[in-house]
Amino acid sequence: MATATSTLPPVPERLRMHHVNRWLHPVAWWAWAAGLAIAASTTTNPLLLAGLMVSAGVVVELRKPVAPWARSFSFFVKLAILVVAIRVLAQVLIGAPGGTITVIPLPGADLPEWLAGIRLGGDVMLEPVLAAFYDGLRLAAILVVIGAASSLASPARLLKSVPAAVYEVGVSVVVAATFLPQLVADVSRVRANRRLRGRRETGVRGFAAASMPVLHGAMDRSIMLAAAMDSRGYGRAGHRSPTERSLSTAALLAGLVFATIGAYGLLGTGAATWWGPTLVVVGIASAVTSLMLAGRRSIRTRYRPNSWSASDVGTAVIGVLVAGLFFVSAALSPESMATSTSPPMWPTLSVPAVVGVVLAALPAFITPAPPKEAS
Amino acid sequence: MIEFDHASIRYSADGPAVLAEVDLTIMEGELVLVVGATGSGKSTFLGAINGLVPHFSGGYLTGEIRIDGRATSQHRPRDLADLVGVVPQDPLASFVTDTVEEELAYTMECLGIAPDVMRRRVEETLDLLGLEELRGRPLRTLSGGQRQRVAIGAVLTAHPKVLVLDEPTSALDPGAAEEVLAALHRLVHDLGVTVVLAEHRLERVVQYADRVIALPGPGISPIIGEPSLVMATATIAPPVVHLARTAGWNPTPITIRDARRQAEPLRQLLSGITPPVRVVPDSSTVASLEALVVAYPDVLALKGVDMSIRRGEIVALMGRNGAGKSSLLNSLVGTIQPSAGRISVDGRDPRSLSGPELVRYIGLVPQDSGDLLEASTVFDECAASDRDARCAPGTTRAIVALLAAEIQDTTHPRDLSEGQRLLLALAIILAARPALICLDEPTRGLDYHTKQRLTEIITDLAKAGHAVVLATHDVELTAELATRVVILADGEVVADGPTAEITTASPMFAPQVAKVLAPGRWLTVGQVHAALTGDVQEDSA
Repeated sequence: MATATSTLPPVPERLRMHHVNRWLHPVAWWAWAAGLAIAASTTTNPLLLAGLMVSAGVVVELRKPVAPWARSFSFFVKLAILVVAIRVLAQVLIGAPGGTITVIPLPGADLPEWLAGIRLGGDVMLEPVLAAFYDGLRLAAILVVIGAASSLASPARLLKSVPAAVYEVGVSVVVAATFLPQLVADVSRVRANRRLRGRRETGVRGFAAASMPVLHGAMDRSIMLAAAMDSRGYGRAGHRSPTERSLSTAALLAGLVFATIGAYGLLGTGAATWWGPTLVVVGIASAVTSLMLAGRRSIRTRYRPNSWSASDVGTAVIGVLVAGLFFVSAALSPESMATSTSPPMWPTLSVPAVVGVVLAALPAFITPAPPKEAS
Repeated sequence: MIEFDHASIRYSADGPAVLAEVDLTIMEGELVLVVGATGSGKSTFLGAINGLVPHFSGGYLTGEIRIDGRATSQHRPRDLADLVGVVPQDPLASFVTDTVEEELAYTMECLGIAPDVMRRRVEETLDLLGLEELRGRPLRTLSGGQRQRVAIGAVLTAHPKVLVLDEPTSALDPGAAEEVLAALHRLVHDLGVTVVLAEHRLERVVQYADRVIALPGPGISPIIGEPSLVMATATIAPPVVHLARTAGWNPTPITIRDARRQAEPLRQLLSGITPPVRVVPDSSTVASLEALVVAYPDVLALKGVDMSIRRGEIVALMGRNGAGKSSLLNSLVGTIQPSAGRISVDGRDPRSLSGPELVRYIGLVPQDSGDLLEASTVFDECAASDRDARCAPGTTRAIVALLAAEIQDTTHPRDLSEGQRLLLALAIILAARPALICLDEPTRGLDYHTKQRLTEIITDLAKAGHAVVLATHDVELTAELATRVVILADGEVVADGPTAEITTASPMFAPQVAKVLAPGRWLTVGQVHAALTGDVQEDSA
């Protein structure tokens, strides 16, 4: 046996890296998606946003596994389309007035003077509609990118990365992750069963009535799952003093609050602020530290942990790079990132941003294909 | 290993005790069977062993329960996870991960076992339970028996000293049940694991038990002893024990082997008598299937099934999990669209019928009968049913009173026992007086008394001219009431004929009485009793 193995040539590096089907680390997919989402949030340039969405779509098409959760991408795409449509429609009907170029003349309601600033109907102007469209597109791009990550990364594998230190959070997340797909299956079963009772299947009232048995069943199952997790030792050795426990929880909460405010500064105001990124970094650092401190007491071990090989690291790095390139582009040529709508102009492109868009699709080619049999 | 020291459990401070003053010891390496009717405190007893009761469920425990010296009052379930492995009734609802291998490792991960030890134990467990081929399979694609074995393996990898199982075979076909029980038997004998299991289908498990704990009812102290001693007097007993009582055998046999040894005189006595045959008078056809094919995206569930069902017939549809039984029932009611072939129910295609029309021809009680129920009281449920079935107000309530008199108007359907819920769902189906009634796995989780009542109800329905189709794994139920048995395998009909002929032809589907009295085609204790006492053979419908 020994001689037989020693005469075999060594396995070439490229075979080990990505020609063998395996799961990419779920955190790598989410880091990639987060980078793309941050990049999308810095721009209203429709070409760049469309480019990011296409890149995400290409990666999903080539690397999505055969699994029920992999179908969530189409759901997110539909949601993105709906968001754009609502945003534009709202602008057309009740959005703030403005603009000089009339696209479609429409009658509007004459509102009394004291309601100035509120509009009902009226002519459809190009500039505000275009601005609304770009704005909607930005949100749509973020949704598509998140959808890509959720269909590429196995939720169960991601859950393994949830620190066991936060017991209640862990249980809730696991229960929720199994709850939703089951709920969908239950709804269709119960709706079919309504016909057996002699009801017509359609109608909002029918749906409301069907929701009772569905929710009851889902509730029962959630409780059974939580009991099973408890019986199997989940959250064991959480022997921490109450003070320790509340300290780490406080640090976690504070961190999350900081990160949220920071994210608002980063995304919400449009203009780049110094405190946005700072708070995000401080907040995430604080949350991670508290989890790590709490996790030190956890005795959990990992069975065949997800490894970080070159393609996993590469995918995560690509996410960071894409976000970085968009920031560079915003610094060098702000006009290419915020496409002017008054007067309306054809969007321009800057080299770093275009490189970012192309780079975003790279994981489709550098990562291993997922295993045939999905988990 | 397990000590109950004057343990009482009540769910409210001043409420009645569900377990009262239980005082017993289970030794290491014993296989103990817990029996009792629905509501006798079986689940409470099992839950108390690993501390889920009262830590998780709430409630009050007085006295002590100690597992290998650890008191459950001081240890939460998760602190007992290395000692007690619990396999719940529905394994799928307890799976945390999504593949077999990950599920096997989960408990060990929680216990902080070193990665190399985990790798080794997963491999050992895969071999021990014969799961090697399934290692990478997603859990939801497994069959019932495979799921049950994975659930056992998932707690076994932690090397617990005690294994607690709640109805491990109730959802399984006879073959898969044997598989699971054989695995358990091996654990007890090879590894010395202490096993406590609750099961309604005594005929499947009682022969494996070292001792039996019978829970007579809430608050009454349990009876514990050798299976043959407990069974001799228990109200809940498998058919072989009832046969022994009828024939007056002593000591009470609990295995087919013991019974056959004592049965020689009885076989002699019965050899001159022809077992009664259930005859269905010539009647009209209510439903027929012609070359029915049902295809799902990745599997052919039915491959050209021909069948017709007449009034007054009780057809038992048997076969492995996944053989196509549910697909057949669902196409009969038009829930799924067949890929080819023809179905006619009273001359109509069920797919073309809307809900209100459908219920007048065919009714189906689904596997989880609670799916049909949606109101918040039994009364509202019945009122809604009257409206749906377009019958006089009070019709459904009257049927409920007939089937299960003890059901109260104000009870929430979810608070009914499994059996009561089934009978309520059946009453709702019956309100529209369909010619064909289908039941999917009706006896799952039912105790012997409820099963007995269901048997009588279905027999009466058939006598009244309804046709009944049951999909079931329960060979004893089939023997008790079916007039015809259809066995499906891999989407095809492999056997179709009178009950006595089909069930006695294969050991897998033969009821206990038939096994004991073979080659005579006796199916039930009732038939033997009637023959011995010279009663008129009123068994034929």
